[in-house]
Amino acid sequence: MQSVSAAAAAEPLYAPGSLLSVAHLPVSEVSAILSETARIAELPKEERTAILRDRTVALLFYESSTRTRTSFELAAKSLGATTTLVSDKSSSIEKGESLKDTGLTLRALGAECIILRHPASGAPFVLARETGLPVLNAGDGMHEHPSQALLDLRTILTRLHGADRAGEVNEHTLDGVTVVITGDILHSRVARSNAMLLPRLGARVLLCGPEKLLPEDALRLGPGVEIERDFDRALAQAQVAMMLRIQKERLAGLELDLNDYIGRFQLNGERLAAVAPKALVMHPGPMIRGLEIADDVADGPQSTIEEQVTHGLAIRSALLARALGAGVFKA
Amino acid sequence: MSETLILNGHLMDPANRVDGPRDLLLRDGRVAAVEQPGGLRGAEAAETIDAAGLIVAPGLIDIHVHLREPGQTYKESIATGTAAAAAGGFTSVVAMPNTVPVNDTVAKLEWMLDAARGPVVKLFAMPAATVGSMGEKLTDFDALRVAGAVGFTDDGKPVLEDHIMRAALVAAARAEAPVSQHAEDTRLTGGCSMNAGPMAFRLGLRGMPVEAEARIVERDLQLLREIERVEGLRPHLHVQHVSTARAIEAIRAAKREGLHVTCEIAPHHFALTEEAVGDYDTHAKMNPPLRAEMDRAEMVKALLNGTADCIATDHAPHAAFEKRQEFERAPNGITGLETALGIALRVLHRDHGMPMAKVIELMSTSPAVIASLAGRGAAGPGHYADLVLFDPGAEWTFAARTSRSKSRNTPFDGAAMLGRVRYTICEGRVVYRA
Repeated sequence: MQSVSAAAAAEPLYAPGSLLSVAHLPVSEVSAILSETARIAELPKEERTAILRDRTVALLFYESSTRTRTSFELAAKSLGATTTLVSDKSSSIEKGESLKDTGLTLRALGAECIILRHPASGAPFVLARETGLPVLNAGDGMHEHPSQALLDLRTILTRLHGADRAGEVNEHTLDGVTVVITGDILHSRVARSNAMLLPRLGARVLLCGPEKLLPEDALRLGPGVEIERDFDRALAQAQVAMMLRIQKERLAGLELDLNDYIGRFQLNGERLAAVAPKALVMHPGPMIRGLEIADDVADGPQSTIEEQVTHGLAIRSALLARALGAGVFKA
Repeated sequence: MSETLILNGHLMDPANRVDGPRDLLLRDGRVAAVEQPGGLRGAEAAETIDAAGLIVAPGLIDIHVHLREPGQTYKESIATGTAAAAAGGFTSVVAMPNTVPVNDTVAKLEWMLDAARGPVVKLFAMPAATVGSMGEKLTDFDALRVAGAVGFTDDGKPVLEDHIMRAALVAAARAEAPVSQHAEDTRLTGGCSMNAGPMAFRLGLRGMPVEAEARIVERDLQLLREIERVEGLRPHLHVQHVSTARAIEAIRAAKREGLHVTCEIAPHHFALTEEAVGDYDTHAKMNPPLRAEMDRAEMVKALLNGTADCIATDHAPHAAFEKRQEFERAPNGITGLETALGIALRVLHRDHGMPMAKVIELMSTSPAVIASLAGRGAAGPGHYADLVLFDPGAEWTFAARTSRSKSRNTPFDGAAMLGRVRYTICEGRVVYRA
């Protein structure tokens, strides 16, 4: 290639504490986030609520969300911050206000950090550039969901290594661990973030799904990522089986035979017992019971689905402390 | 009208096979004389330009620009866009019809070409091939041609329907002008905002496959073949902003076969790849998109080996607020008039050894032929006095804030340029000097 835009290279950097992509996090930073997560979880309430006292955090949600929104909000409140929620359905966004202007408005109202969920891939980069504020990517289009990957990591570490060893990682922490991510990889920001994060800690990520939902381009997400289209063969190698929802809202004309899909890729009790009786079963939610995952598995002993939600609250507390330069991230 | 002498320069005029020191006399908007150094001693002129150390070449011609007037003058106007053209060494530009309203009638074409718009360089236009560029009903090619149309295009979108494109090629052949096609099978690119491939996958953006371009090119070439056989006509298809190796391969084969096809390549498609999208940089968003390295290298090769006929910028200004938003929402296009020569000389001439005269051919001689701009694209006696004088060895850095365009949407802000325009002369008038 001849030249990359010099302007792009000189682009103002994003405010420290932003989390736009897991690719921006060195392993040492991942470790620091996990350790702060563990530390905050142990703090007595009065110390915890002092961490972000008198700080203001805005949640800006252009897509519906249950887990992510609530856990970010509760995490901020548990650290003593004031939160405000703006959603596209009940704000001037409906009147056509741009992302930039919405961000500047929140900043003028005192927001020191914005948590953004947006249907357009890359939207958090725009918001971070235009406001200069730390921005936490709470899911952008088909791109990334970094806090989900971090909470998944904490869930895996806690289950495989024990809670007391979930507070730090290095390049070899997940050596020998195979994580199978199955389903609608194409449209999944959770898959991208996990596939880009976990191999850097030593894990092998096996992606599984039909061609339509898992193009070969996925192999280039990074080293340590492989494709195995046969679910049973993939599952047999798994210490962790992460299931994904079919994102009907993003299929955009793609036709899929759901019965065929269920037959080939559903994780049900029979399959799990036969092929991977010890694997952890994860799902970022929302799950569609009876489609990608069967009832008995979702509620079974191998499932970590509720723990993931709990770890989400903890991880997001640390991410907020980091975004606002508080806790161990105080300058 | 006054006379101008240009002395001590090095004339590079591929059309007349001149590549050496020459002095020129311009009179009444035309080149009056071209002589060996000293041959014009004693000639009187109101202005004498000392072109020592400069290349004197026929003015550059861009057959693909968007000047946004009428309707979107907050992005650009004919006056500002042509001022940017002059600063880039261009003396003729061809305006695309996707203005608001679309340029699809004689009245609109005449309004656009009226001197009252204040063009700084010579302005030509390609009106729409179909009414409103809706792809359904042909415009009046014959009347538009008489009124000055130099081709027909629905640029921004393709003429998608087979029978409409066929009819357009037939009508254009009769009017003796090209159909200039934006080759994109839009049935394959809905919701897409960059090149398809691993980079788009990683960024979570829907990608435009190379097939979307190649399929329309292949379809159009098939139509040329059919029309030659059935109608006995010889239509001229011009393929705009080619970006893929597959489309180039189809064009190469069609040329060997003898079909009348020409094509252009934009500087960004031979200078940049999809990597420039980086962190969703909307200044790297255009249609067709920046492609993979293999395709970029093939564009360079096509320009070197003659498969590609010319360079055209697809100058597409957009206001800052339009580009400073979500990647998928931002409009397609970048400005290009002021960076084309500097990029072409750096990438093609310096980095790939293309003779400088070949660069001039791609940017002046050949586009004049494609759009049948009589008396332009050459610097011999009798031709229009359209000239660019540039310092071929000057290395400089482009700064978007200094642009004459109303807009700043360029991926080349801060990029290295080779060759600096010192004078642009259009029909004998100095329209830019630095």
